[in-house]
Amino acid sequence: MNEYITLSLILFTIGAVGVLVRRNAIVVFMCIELMLNATNLAFVSFSRQHGNLDGQVAAFFVMVVAAAEVVVGLSIIVSIYRTRRSASVDEASLLKS
Amino acid sequence: MFDLQWLLIAIPLASGLGLLVWGKEGDRYGHLIGTAASALSFAFGLVLFVALLGKDAEHRSQSTELFTWIDAGSFHVDAGFTFDQLSGLFVLLITGVGTLIHVYSIGYMAHDERRRRFFAFLNIFVAAMLTLVLASDYLVLFLGWEGVGLASYLLIGFWQHKPSAAAAAKKAFVVNRVGDLGMALGIMLMFAEFGTSSIDAVNGAITSASGSVATALGLLLLLGACGKSAQVPLQSWLLDAMEGPTPVSALIHAATMVTAGVYLVVRSNGIFDASEAARTAVIVVGLVTLLAGAWIGCAKDDIKKALAGSTMSQIGYMMLAAGLGPAGYAFAIFHLITHGFFKANMFLGAGSVMHGMNDDVEMRHYGGLRTFMPITFATFGLGYLAIIGVPPFAGFWSKDKIIETAFGENFWVGMGALLGAGVTAFYMTRLMIMTFLSEKRWREDVHPHESPRVMTWPLIALAALSAVGGILLLGDWISEWLEPVTGHAEHHELAVPAIVLTLIITAVVAVGVAAAVFFYNREPIAAESPADSSVSFFTRAGRHELYGNELNDAVVVRPTRHLTRFLVWFDGKGVDGFVTGVADRLGDTSQFLRKPQTGYVRSYALTMFGGVAVLVLALLAVTLA
Amino acid sequence: MILSILAATPIAGAVLLALLPRESAPHHRAKYVALGISLITLVLSLVVMARFDQDAGGYQLTEEHEWIEVFGAHYSLGVNGIGITLILLTTILTPIVILAAFGDRLPDPKSTNACFAWMLAVEGLAIGAFAATDAFLFYVLFEATLIPLYFLIGSFGGPNRSYAAVKFLIYNLVGGLLMLASIVGLYVISARQGDASFLLSDLQDVDFGTNTERLLFLGFMAAFAIKAPLWPLHTWLPDAAGQATPGTSVLMVSVVDKIGTFGMVTWCLQLFPEAADWASPVIIVLAVVSILYGALLAIGQDDIRRLIAFTSVSHFGFIILGIFAFTTTSLAGSTLYMFNHGLSTAALFLVTGMMIARRGSARISDFGGVQKVAPIMSGVLLVAGLSSLSLPGLAPFISEFLVLAGTFTRSIPAAAFATLGIVLAALYILIMYQRVMTGPLKPGNEGVTDLDHREMASLTPAIILIVGLGFFPQPMLNVINPAIDAVISQVGQGDPAPKTPVQIDDSPAQEGGHE
Repeated sequence: MNEYITLSLILFTIGAVGVLVRRNAIVVFMCIELMLNATNLAFVSFSRQHGNLDGQVAAFFVMVVAAAEVVVGLSIIVSIYRTRRSASVDEASLLKS
Repeated sequence: MFDLQWLLIAIPLASGLGLLVWGKEGDRYGHLIGTAASALSFAFGLVLFVALLGKDAEHRSQSTELFTWIDAGSFHVDAGFTFDQLSGLFVLLITGVGTLIHVYSIGYMAHDERRRRFFAFLNIFVAAMLTLVLASDYLVLFLGWEGVGLASYLLIGFWQHKPSAAAAAKKAFVVNRVGDLGMALGIMLMFAEFGTSSIDAVNGAITSASGSVATALGLLLLLGACGKSAQVPLQSWLLDAMEGPTPVSALIHAATMVTAGVYLVVRSNGIFDASEAARTAVIVVGLVTLLAGAWIGCAKDDIKKALAGSTMSQIGYMMLAAGLGPAGYAFAIFHLITHGFFKANMFLGAGSVMHGMNDDVEMRHYGGLRTFMPITFATFGLGYLAIIGVPPFAGFWSKDKIIETAFGENFWVGMGALLGAGVTAFYMTRLMIMTFLSEKRWREDVHPHESPRVMTWPLIALAALSAVGGILLLGDWISEWLEPVTGHAEHHELAVPAIVLTLIITAVVAVGVAAAVFFYNREPIAAESPADSSVSFFTRAGRHELYGNELNDAVVVRPTRHLTRFLVWFDGKGVDGFVTGVADRLGDTSQFLRKPQTGYVRSYALTMFGGVAVLVLALLAVTLA
Repeated sequence: MILSILAATPIAGAVLLALLPRESAPHHRAKYVALGISLITLVLSLVVMARFDQDAGGYQLTEEHEWIEVFGAHYSLGVNGIGITLILLTTILTPIVILAAFGDRLPDPKSTNACFAWMLAVEGLAIGAFAATDAFLFYVLFEATLIPLYFLIGSFGGPNRSYAAVKFLIYNLVGGLLMLASIVGLYVISARQGDASFLLSDLQDVDFGTNTERLLFLGFMAAFAIKAPLWPLHTWLPDAAGQATPGTSVLMVSVVDKIGTFGMVTWCLQLFPEAADWASPVIIVLAVVSILYGALLAIGQDDIRRLIAFTSVSHFGFIILGIFAFTTTSLAGSTLYMFNHGLSTAALFLVTGMMIARRGSARISDFGGVQKVAPIMSGVLLVAGLSSLSLPGLAPFISEFLVLAGTFTRSIPAAAFATLGIVLAALYILIMYQRVMTGPLKPGNEGVTDLDHREMASLTPAIILIVGLGFFPQPMLNVINPAIDAVISQVGQGDPAPKTPVQIDDSPAQEGGHE
């Protein structure tokens, strides 16, 4: 059991570091997906460990949300790319005060 | 019939308001309607007065209540009027002299395009003045009191295009307001003390209140009287008020309105009888004003201002008499009436002179007018004889009685009054010499001429009254007539017989006349006023009205102006600055908090992770602990 | 029902105006519609007046419905003599304001509809606030008046209007929030003592406890003291009045600000009598400071509209002084003062507004000698000014004197200092009149034409009322007196008896239980 959890932790950490250090929006996005899937893995593992289906249900929800998120997120990235000819997240800093 | 006494007020009031709203079409008849309204009021007043004469002494106070003016909470005031011996005399004086002055104004204001409005204001003045004297409640009296103040404001500033006239009007109103402060507080005190401000009730109950109340009331009313009657320390407005048309000076600032303060003191005799201190204050005010006014009268070269100084001085006499208590009340009123005759006469005479001299008021530009204006000269001369107190003219009787009573009160007060009589003779003689006698000093383009008959007839009527006004004293009629109002006076025995005193007074007057003749008839009078630096201190101070304006300026006007400026600054920077300061600090805080918002997704993400980490750690800490 | 109809009529009118198609300037349909609706409201208010029993002191023409049951809020209306006086003021002033505003040049002529709609909305909401007998309903209406006024100032005012509008809104919102806190407190306490209710009649019986009562009182008082500006919370008023159109200023100062003083009488005094008594020394001092401070600042102004705003600060000082002196005389005076001040300030704002529109400047120093070219305008300004300085014979004198006389029986120093205000009043009005109207005609004023017929028609009713009520104030006082007696007995304060009372046998009106 611990192996699954360890893998999930490793994946999550990779994702988190990726979000923080990468500049390419697509890669950042992929890292977010990686984190989501790491949590899914944790959910499913715990679900099996506890012997009930709550965790699996949660994992389904995460998948649905992730799918929706990909749709919205990718389209934002695409439109940003179209206007700015760049997918670097650092260049889209209009919120800077 | 006495129930209809409100008509006395209503007639001129309706006429005045009507003339104001009547448009240009009214210009042709305005002056006639205004005069007719005043005359009608006089006629009705005369009828009432004769009816009053026909009643017994006990029934000579006729009150009527029109309606409840104010009834709120425990405050109750009826719009009521009282026609009694005192107000009856005043009604005749106001409407009688008023009508003559209306007639005179028809000629005097003939070429003024706003003549209709002038008559409307005069009518409103008459109505307000009648309200003042007929009122049976102090608050109703106050209504008239402020009404005459308003009329005076409008009429002093009648020639509004002259900045000096507008300034004088404002000054008169504001100074009067200071006096009104006293009146208003006095009425409030009456209300708090007695629960009413009815004149009869207050004066009747004053003896059962504590003495300090009477003194406070007396002083507060005196403050009001000082404002209205131009007594020291609120005297400064009267000389400036001469900016108004001359009939206004005659009616308002000589014969009637300025004497309202004396009326107030006499009418409030119950209060002043109950307080020795308040009476003393009245005497002091009267005496100081008497001498100050005379001083100013000696120094002014402007004929109207010289007369205004004289008015101040004569009202000082009346105040002095009123301060003497029951012994003096009747004589105060007596002098008030005779003064109303001769001073109105002289002001109108001065107006007539100005009319012939292209509205020049500078006496040094006159001289030798007696041959050019015989009627004006003759009537003015009668007024002159009356005011300086030459027997048997009106002023002699009234002033003589006041000085006599003053000696009965206190030797030094009497001496002050006596000195005043001498100075009066001096400045009036000076005025006569400079205007009508001496050699001519006017310029080539001036063509002095006698005024039209519509102006001279009122002069003749008033001159006649100035001559025979003393008749009221016949058989002590005026004292006995007023006794039910003013109370009985015990007679003071003088150290010397009255006839000796009369001779002394006449001698002092003669000295004053002689001194003026000595100074002003000896050598030709300069056609220009000598510069301030070349005249004596006394003349200089008199010319500057004893530095009253300078004093007001230094003590009141300038500090107020500075305070106002400071407060305007304070309101912007202090009060509002505090509030906007709070808003600005909030803004600064936001500016500071803005700094971490870099706009980089990474930094937001890092914050998020950091936050989550903190949360997790906190949860762990809680569960493990 | 009639009160609901009265309040709803102008609101419905506002909605109607908003729905009317916009039109360009030459057609005045919106203006006439607005005028018509305000006149209908005036007639309705006279009907209300006719059905009002003048001798009864309590609330009449009441209506009550459950509104929000959860926290005991009712839709509950009713008027006493004080409320109906102010409703009458509102319904009289609105047609005057609307008629006077016909000539206003708006920044955007197409927004005429909106401007008049907002005016009617103010009228309806103010009537509602004067008639509300439920604290929650009152609060909602009280705050709702901010919306139309915000748009009236912010959309139709002078160049600096946005700043003024925001300042107005923030000040009043802060007050409103403090009041909201008190409203919540009222709910908590009344719920703790039984069924929660916001009805005035229920709340009067609630025992709050000394400290809580004081806190709740302060919440209400803060809102009212900002609204009817009490020193030092007044600075929004000159800015707002300096930027708003004359009509807006009238609605703001003469009508909506009266909700503040009305609230002090109706809510502060009736709900928290002990706390009001506790706070009265401080409030009396602040009121006297307001009187003198407002007057002195008015003397120092060069902008006519700011000058009038500061005179109002001074006059509100008198009103508040009279309220917190707790005598029937002063309170009746204050109530009458609200009415009279409304009239006199309306006349002042409107006539100076007409003058300013012609000259294109509000600076006193730009005027001079106007009397020569516009004598009627000058006469109206003088009458309005004299009423502002409380000349006897004009309506405000009666109320001012009642306030002072009542205060005098309670505190002589307060009355004496307040009376100084009458001297300062003469200064600020007459200096302004002198500089604007008299002297030789200053260049630039040739274009100041005299009032036209429409303008005279709008000002005449105000002038007639000012003069008429100066001589015959009793019709108003008869309405006010019974309500005042009820309020004062609720506060538990009696009039100090005269020290040496005089027996007057011939005035039966002296009786009447003031204990």
